[in-house]
Amino acid sequence: MPHSYDLIVGLEVHVQLQTKSKLFCRCSTKFGGPPNTQTCPVCIGMPGSLPVMNREAFRLGLKTAIALNCEIPQFTKWDRKQYYYPDLPKGYQISQYDLPMSQNGWLEISDPKKEFAAKRIGIIRAHLEEDAGKSLHDEEHGKADTRIDLNRTGTPLLEIVSAPDMRSTKEARVYLTQLRLMLLYLGVSDCNMQEGSLRVDANVNIHIQGPSGKIATPIVEVKNLNSFRHVERALAYEAKRQYDVWEETGRTIKDYPKQTRGWDDAAGTTLPQREKEESADYRYFPDPDLVPVITPKAEVEEVRSGLVELPAAIRSRLEKTYGISDYDSDVIVLQGLPFVAYFEEVAKLSGDGKKASNWVTQELLRILNDQSITLEQFPLTAPQLANLVKLVAGGEIEITRAKEVFNDMVANRRDAAAAMSALGIAKVDSSELENICKELVAANPKIVADVKAGKQQAIGALLGQAKKRNPNANPNEVRRICLELIAKMP
Amino acid sequence: MLARSATDLLRDLSVRKLSSVELTQAYLDQIKLYDGQVKAFLHVDPAAALARAKEIDDRRAAGKPMGKLGGLPVAIKDVICTKGQKTTCGSKMLENFVPPYDATVVKRLKEADAVLIGKTNMDEFAMGGSTENSAFFKTTNPWDKSRVPGGSSGGAAACLAASMAPLSIGTDTGGSIRQPAAFCGVTGLKPTYGRVSRYGLVAFASSLDQIGPMAATAEDAALLLEVLAGHDPLDSTSANIPTPEYTKSLSQPFQGLKLGLVKEHFGPGLDPEVEAAVREAVKVYQSLGATVKDISLPHSKYGIATYYIIAPSEASSNLARYDGVHYGYRTDEKQMLAELAAERKSLEAKQDEKGLKNLDTALIRLYRKTRAEGFGPEVKRRIMLGTYALSAGYADKYYLQALKVRRLIRSDYDAAFQEVDFIIGPTAPNPPFKIGEKSGDPLAMYLEDLYTVTANLAGIAGISIPCGLTSGKTTGSPLPIGLQIQARPFDEDRLLRAAAMFQRGTDWHTKRPNL
Amino acid sequence: MSLTRADVEKVSLLGRLRLGDAELDTMTEQMGRIVGYIEQLGELSTDNVQPMAHAQEMHNVFADDALGASLPRDAALANAPKKDAECYRVPAVLGE
Ligand SMILES: [Zn+2]
Repeated sequence: MPHSYDLIVGLEVHVQLQTKSKLFCRCSTKFGGPPNTQTCPVCIGMPGSLPVMNREAFRLGLKTAIALNCEIPQFTKWDRKQYYYPDLPKGYQISQYDLPMSQNGWLEISDPKKEFAAKRIGIIRAHLEEDAGKSLHDEEHGKADTRIDLNRTGTPLLEIVSAPDMRSTKEARVYLTQLRLMLLYLGVSDCNMQEGSLRVDANVNIHIQGPSGKIATPIVEVKNLNSFRHVERALAYEAKRQYDVWEETGRTIKDYPKQTRGWDDAAGTTLPQREKEESADYRYFPDPDLVPVITPKAEVEEVRSGLVELPAAIRSRLEKTYGISDYDSDVIVLQGLPFVAYFEEVAKLSGDGKKASNWVTQELLRILNDQSITLEQFPLTAPQLANLVKLVAGGEIEITRAKEVFNDMVANRRDAAAAMSALGIAKVDSSELENICKELVAANPKIVADVKAGKQQAIGALLGQAKKRNPNANPNEVRRICLELIAKMP
Repeated sequence: MLARSATDLLRDLSVRKLSSVELTQAYLDQIKLYDGQVKAFLHVDPAAALARAKEIDDRRAAGKPMGKLGGLPVAIKDVICTKGQKTTCGSKMLENFVPPYDATVVKRLKEADAVLIGKTNMDEFAMGGSTENSAFFKTTNPWDKSRVPGGSSGGAAACLAASMAPLSIGTDTGGSIRQPAAFCGVTGLKPTYGRVSRYGLVAFASSLDQIGPMAATAEDAALLLEVLAGHDPLDSTSANIPTPEYTKSLSQPFQGLKLGLVKEHFGPGLDPEVEAAVREAVKVYQSLGATVKDISLPHSKYGIATYYIIAPSEASSNLARYDGVHYGYRTDEKQMLAELAAERKSLEAKQDEKGLKNLDTALIRLYRKTRAEGFGPEVKRRIMLGTYALSAGYADKYYLQALKVRRLIRSDYDAAFQEVDFIIGPTAPNPPFKIGEKSGDPLAMYLEDLYTVTANLAGIAGISIPCGLTSGKTTGSPLPIGLQIQARPFDEDRLLRAAAMFQRGTDWHTKRPNL
Repeated sequence: MSLTRADVEKVSLLGRLRLGDAELDTMTEQMGRIVGYIEQLGELSTDNVQPMAHAQEMHNVFADDALGASLPRDAALANAPKKDAECYRVPAVLGE
């Protein structure tokens, strides 16, 4: 490629807030109900009905905005965004236009694999709005009627708009991962992408290093991104496509308007979405049916001080407190708050943070993945696992055997002592161990000679033989005793 | 019996000198006799009304507790939702719309043991000042059936003037209670914005709409307001303040009452007979001890321009929901699709690329045809105006500027109410006009709202009470003239007292047309 | 600057109305006069005036997040001009 370029990405994330009832009426927000069974005059926009703001939705929005380091203006209001679509029964969406509930925040992202340096992604604004319903299209023929289900209409959404601060597909993915994690920690959303609780649109263009300076291509909004993987693929595709189009046409941001394209994951391409010329004129104006919200500074501080510990803070605390690597802390925090708590309990009770971290990030996670179970379904309590870790840390049991014990504990839902006795694992009496070693040394003159000649590693063969005579023989002990015996030999 | 006030009738009902069935039957008879000419009602269900009256009578006979309206019939403007009963808003769009819920005021009326006697005609979606914009028929003025009853609550006012109901519910967005009350010679109160819940009132302009009582007298209006008013958690704009007992304070005299006469209200365009009647009314107040002061509302001359930006803007949004998908009228879909296919074919034959690109999709055409057929001309005009005023490039110039002038208008009132208790003047510049007289000139029609729109913009209370009749020399038959009194926000109790004070000293409110 | 027929036609699409030729002429003439009249607001200087969007200036009106009754589906769909047993129906809108 003759010119290098930078990818410029900003993301708009719609998050469904976890309330029982909708944003402006008291219908259920539950996913998956039979069509049109969760509606009322308000959410289907029946003549005469009026909206009343859900207090909890506002509180969840506030919590999120504060966690995203946003400014919370004292005054915010509701606006109507007007467009016609059958799944929007009022002909307008209640949203926030010029005075959103929050703005100018940031989210710090970092990559434990160190592919990019830690950086802050700006949050331009986060505002509340109501969701639309669902259009059930006749996908096969495209001919039959479209059917409209309004169950989802009026569900509370928080739209989080990032600044165009991401420079790679990787950064975009990490931003989404960290944002999602934070929302989960805050408990404001279940972030379930399959159920549409978290939706992503990407604004993307590239900055090309041209011969006479930087050239920006026209911005494209990519829609229909149903997973983080889609986001990565679509961004990579768009970068290349925009470069090719620029080479072919020379179009830049200055002479070509923003377009909307949809991601087709099966085809691995983005396709232009049909738009009418007038469709962008949303004719926003303040919703006269709703009154503004005033949030005093004290209330903001109250919410701030009541915030749970956020993922970034937990990561650095785990690293400091338990001396674990940033890679491990990332793995632990990614699993969610219950997992963090579990790890911390194991670390504290076992007294060895590093070993605790190894066990939970390797053995425990392996079980969860292999068996497709959640931590709640995992059979061992933290004290049970801590007990095993402690035995390992104290040299009471050797690591390979400990893994056998672990598997047995999981399979038979019993604690370490029971598993060990079932497996016949007991600490070998020191005189017995000494006898075994004496016999081995006597029976292997060649090894003794090799060791004497300075080939210490030759001792390894004795360890295996010791294990055969008594499976509980601790290899470290065997090594130590044998070396001592050999040293004493003439 | 029908000439008596609601308060009087209620007294007889409560001591069982009169039954609700007898009373309801008498009004139903009057409707049967005269509504063929007046055409105040869109729907009347005599059987249901009588059954309800009987049920109330039975409860009263059994000594059960009674609501405040204890068996009085009430007519309801057809813009207010009644569960299981058509609510058309005077529009073809909602010709068959049956709400699955009751408006809060309807709930309150039912709880107060009112008998809902029927739903009254109106300008389509409350847009108009003559009830000529009803999609169904024009209501006539009972005083002169060649004239309009005013509007948009024309049916609500006419049914009172024709003694077809003792109490009536109207709505007022720019004068729609007060102006028809003036035109029909009855009392009509637009409460302060937020005093009465709008839940279930089909919105025209949400920041201006207000439901209010219409009746023969201020005392009856007070009785009805007591039932309608009060905080409603279903309406975010409903004021969370206690409701005074309006009927209790009604006869308290005023000490040192100060009235303001707005000099801008007595300019050119005011009919001389209306002016004379209003000046006479001012004298009545003076004779009752009030002092009168000339005041100025300097921005009131911008009222119409401001109103005709804000109201259509909100209306264009509120009426977006009528798209033929979820309720209401829908165009003939087959025919629409056939038309569209024919258009496409002809454009293709002409190889008209631009035409093809701009051709509506089936969905857009469904919307456009549905709305073109379902709405009448005035509604379309206001949707067009409002859409334009909010559109990109014009929103700041029109809509935002109007919101700012709205504040100036409100500030004028705040300043005026520092000096006076009430502002009095004409309700409308002219007596009722002839049917069809102004229908070709929308701007002329809009200018008739000059004295009333500012109260809606400012959100304050206003009442119209009868204060005279034209001589009939220029109008053919004597026609009612209305006196408008405006008050501070949430000052309805004193406003009603001031109106009752006038009615104790005059008998204009007792005059009824010869049907 | 006066309102043209093309402007009015554009607004009619934005407001999802369809005006016939004669209607478009009348609308252009009437809107032109009304807009001409409301232009007078431009003569006021309002730089330091706060817009007033509500008739009473209230704030922070909320409802608790508690479940209420929804409409039975039949009642929700009762007024729909075209429907099936579960949904509202519109002509195919795929790709729009
Ligand atoms: Zn609902």
